[in-house]
Amino acid sequence: MIPPQFDYVRPSTLDDALRILTEREGEAKLLAGGYSLIPLLKLRLAQPGLLIDLRDVGGLDGIRETDDWLVIGARTTHAAIEAVSSKGDRFPLLAEVAAGIGDPQVRNWGTIGGSIAHADPASDWPAALIALRADIACRSAGGERVINAREFFLDTFQTALEPTEVLIEIRIPRRPRRAGAAYEKIERKATDFSTAGSAVMVQLADDGSISKAGVGVTGVAEMPFAATDAEAALIGQRPSEDTFRVAGAAAGAQSRPVSDVRGPIKYKRAMAAEMTVRALRRATSRAMAYG
Amino acid sequence: MTTQHITLTVNGEVREADVEPRLLLVHLIRDVFGLTGTHIGCDTSHCGACTVHVNGISAKACTMLAVQADGAAIKTIEGMADGATLHPLQQGFWDQHGLQCGFCTPGMIMQAASLLAENPDPSEAEIRVGISGNLCRCTGYVNIVKAIQQAAGEMRAAAEVPAPEAAAAAS
Repeated sequence: MIPPQFDYVRPSTLDDALRILTEREGEAKLLAGGYSLIPLLKLRLAQPGLLIDLRDVGGLDGIRETDDWLVIGARTTHAAIEAVSSKGDRFPLLAEVAAGIGDPQVRNWGTIGGSIAHADPASDWPAALIALRADIACRSAGGERVINAREFFLDTFQTALEPTEVLIEIRIPRRPRRAGAAYEKIERKATDFSTAGSAVMVQLADDGSISKAGVGVTGVAEMPFAATDAEAALIGQRPSEDTFRVAGAAAGAQSRPVSDVRGPIKYKRAMAAEMTVRALRRATSRAMAYG
Repeated sequence: MTTQHITLTVNGEVREADVEPRLLLVHLIRDVFGLTGTHIGCDTSHCGACTVHVNGISAKACTMLAVQADGAAIKTIEGMADGATLHPLQQGFWDQHGLQCGFCTPGMIMQAASLLAENPDPSEAEIRVGISGNLCRCTGYVNIVKAIQQAAGEMRAAAEVPAPEAAAAAS
């Protein structure tokens, strides 16, 4: 398959990228790893007049920690996130998500920023970022804008990013005391998109009850979403199988799946519930182990 | 139609080309440079038959533009053997019958080389995960896994025993 014709530029600074993006507003697309965009170009589902390759723009790679945040540059590859976050079991949720995306070649080149800007309704990162209430920072010629992950995903392949903005980094709040997180998904076969996936974060109060919860669900609606009914069902409860089942059922009920090759609606709701239960079990045991 | 001039190294040799921005890396490798060992299977980023190394990192060449590879070092299956001596992975696929039709083999070998560079002693499970982006529709994966295990063993052994010239230089 041959993509349509387009122009290609590889600016060396973010300011240059932003200037070109503004000059060619509406016809330019940003290119990072290309593992979402190039397949779309080949199918001619996207026909931009210009690709702006961010490869030479400095400052968009890597992971750093501040007092309040874990900051992931938009162009950081899934493989790089997996390597950093699996070291010493420091960020197990991020390691689980990164290691399960696509296949090794996809993880070598695909980036977290590209993935969330593409906003596939069954992609993995959005569920995690919603569960963790991450902030997504973007830059335009006018300055920086921060969008919470819960307000970022608007519809299938649609985000709150403006056409003149570049997504620059993801800011995840540092893990509080007695908090744990986990990601569970079910896929038909290796390298497939999730049939259903659920990312969960729980924090425990001194009395052992759940004081804070985040549940992000993917694959079972027009976009990844916060399962707020599940979160409400968890707050104030002591962790137990019964509590997890109630929360899982709420996540399933809040899903809006469509029947397709990955299964009928009833099955997908059940899988959204089950993935939430499994993630809750692991997140809770991690929260207890971390102390 | 505007073209862009790109310069890259392919299997250690500097190559230049004038390409349309939409030209895929796999088409550059096959149609412009004539290196047809890199195969096009699914053309949709799934099958891995087009796997090559870009700056030492395995990539699906059907999912990268030639202009993205401007300035990069590319390695294809043609760059694996040392003259008449097969690469341990090529020898492994030969010895273990790691192929039937052979269409997936170049991509399998390039991805296996990438896996072994990261993890010289992978378990069977790690090999299977490592080649999960490469599809074989003939054989199942049993002999492919054996081929990679054989190569991993030989490459570890070679790494432990210093080559004669290195030993001579060290003494």
